[in-house]
Amino acid sequence: MVESHIAKTLEDALKTLNSGKFRIVAGGTDMLIQNRSHTGMPIGYKDNVVYINLINELDYIKEDEDNVYIGATTRLETILKSENAPKILKNIIHEMAGPGIRHTATLAGNIANASPAGDSLVGLYVLDASIKCQSVDNTRIVKIKDFIQGVRKIDLKSNEMITEVMIPKYDFSRFVFKKVAPRLSDAISKLSFVGAIRIEDNEVKDLRMALGAVYMTVLRKEDIESKYIGQSIGELKNNIELIIEDYNSFIKPIDDQRSNKEYRKQVALNLIKDFIMKS
Amino acid sequence: MTEIKFKLNGKEQTLNTDPNRRLLDVLREDFKLTGSKEGCGEGECGACSVLLNKQIVNSCSVPLANVDGQDIVTIEGFSKTKEYQVIKDSFATAGGVQCGFCTPGMIIATQSLLNTKPRPNDYEIKIGLSGNLCRCTGYNLIIKSVKLAAKDGDGLW
Repeated sequence: MVESHIAKTLEDALKTLNSGKFRIVAGGTDMLIQNRSHTGMPIGYKDNVVYINLINELDYIKEDEDNVYIGATTRLETILKSENAPKILKNIIHEMAGPGIRHTATLAGNIANASPAGDSLVGLYVLDASIKCQSVDNTRIVKIKDFIQGVRKIDLKSNEMITEVMIPKYDFSRFVFKKVAPRLSDAISKLSFVGAIRIEDNEVKDLRMALGAVYMTVLRKEDIESKYIGQSIGELKNNIELIIEDYNSFIKPIDDQRSNKEYRKQVALNLIKDFIMKS
Repeated sequence: MTEIKFKLNGKEQTLNTDPNRRLLDVLREDFKLTGSKEGCGEGECGACSVLLNKQIVNSCSVPLANVDGQDIVTIEGFSKTKEYQVIKDSFATAGGVQCGFCTPGMIIATQSLLNTKPRPNDYEIKIGLSGNLCRCTGYNLIIKSVKLAAKDGDGLW
C-alpha cells in the first residue's frame, strides 16, 4: 500500500520528501492520466505520493526590477489572468488545455512533467527561465535548459521539490508563439514554436527561437542565434537559407499518434522561415 | 486511508478514504451525484465539470487529496440557485441542449465564465466553453444560450 501525504506548508512538504521516496503531485492533471487505472479505482501510483497543491505560500506571482517569480502552486489560469506575468507565457497558456484544467494545473508541474511537447517549456527556454529547487537543507537555482535533461528526465533530487520559477524581464520588439495542433484548446501540440527578436536602429540586438516536440527536449540553439546578432534586419532575411540549413540537422522529430517526422520537420523549418521573414 | 474534509454543495463532509481517488468517482459513487459524467476521463471533454472554489475544474482530473478543505459545487448543488434557473431557461429557450450528456458540464462552464465575465462577447464565450465538448449542437446554439443567460440574468453575476 502506497502512502499519501497532503502537505499544506512548504516545511511539511520538504520534511516529507526528506523522509523517504515520494512522488510529488501538484494539480495532478498529467500524473493522474499517466498512472490511471480503471474507472472507480484510485490512481495507481507505484510510489508514495506527496500532494503539494494546497500549499498556499507557494501560490504567488511576484516581481522586482529584473525578474518575475512564479510560485510552484500557482495555477496556469492565475498566470493567464495576471498583469505581471510575461506576455509570451500568457499567450502560450491561453492555448494550453481548457479552463477546467488550467484552474488546477501548475506551471511548475508542466516543467517537472518534462514532456517534449510541454507548451510552456518552449516559452520558458526563450525567456531564459530558471528553476528554484529546495530541500530541507539546500536551495539551488538551475537554468531550465539544464534542469530538463531528456524525455521526462529532470535534475531534481529525491528530497527536493520545485518551489519557484524565475523569469528575467525582457523587452522584445516582436515575438511569435505558434502551436500546431488540431484545435485551439484541449489539444497536445504536434509541434510548437516561439520566436523572439529585438531590433534597434534596424540592427538585430537579440534573436531567440525554440521548438517543441521536434527533439527529446525543447530545441534552442544559442550558438546559431548568436551568429546572426549584430546583422541588419535586411542581412538577416538574406541569410534565411543559411539559417534553415543551420537548424536542419538539429530538428529530429519522431512519428507518433499526433503527427509524423516529415510533417513536423517541414513545418518547423517553415515556422522559422516565416518568423524571420516577417521580422 | 486519510481523513478528507470538504464542503460539498454547501454541506461540510468528512470522508475516510484513499486520497488518490478521483473527485469524479467520489462524487458519483460515495454521494450518488451522477450529474457529473465521465466522458473522456482525461480532462478534455468537460462532461465531469464541477466548481472548485467557484471555478470550473475537470473532476476526472482532480485527485481527492486536492479538495481537502475546499468548496465543491456540483450541478446538483448549483441547480438550487437563481443563477442556475437563468442559465437553464436560456439553454431551453435558445436550443442549447440536444442529447444532454454535455449539458451539466456546459452549465457549470457557463457559471464559471459569467462569474468572472458577466457580459462576455462571443470570443470570451468560446474560450470559456473551450474545455467542453458537445457532439450534437455544433456549439452555435450553446453560444447563443450563454449570451441569452448573460442578458436575462444581467446583475446576477
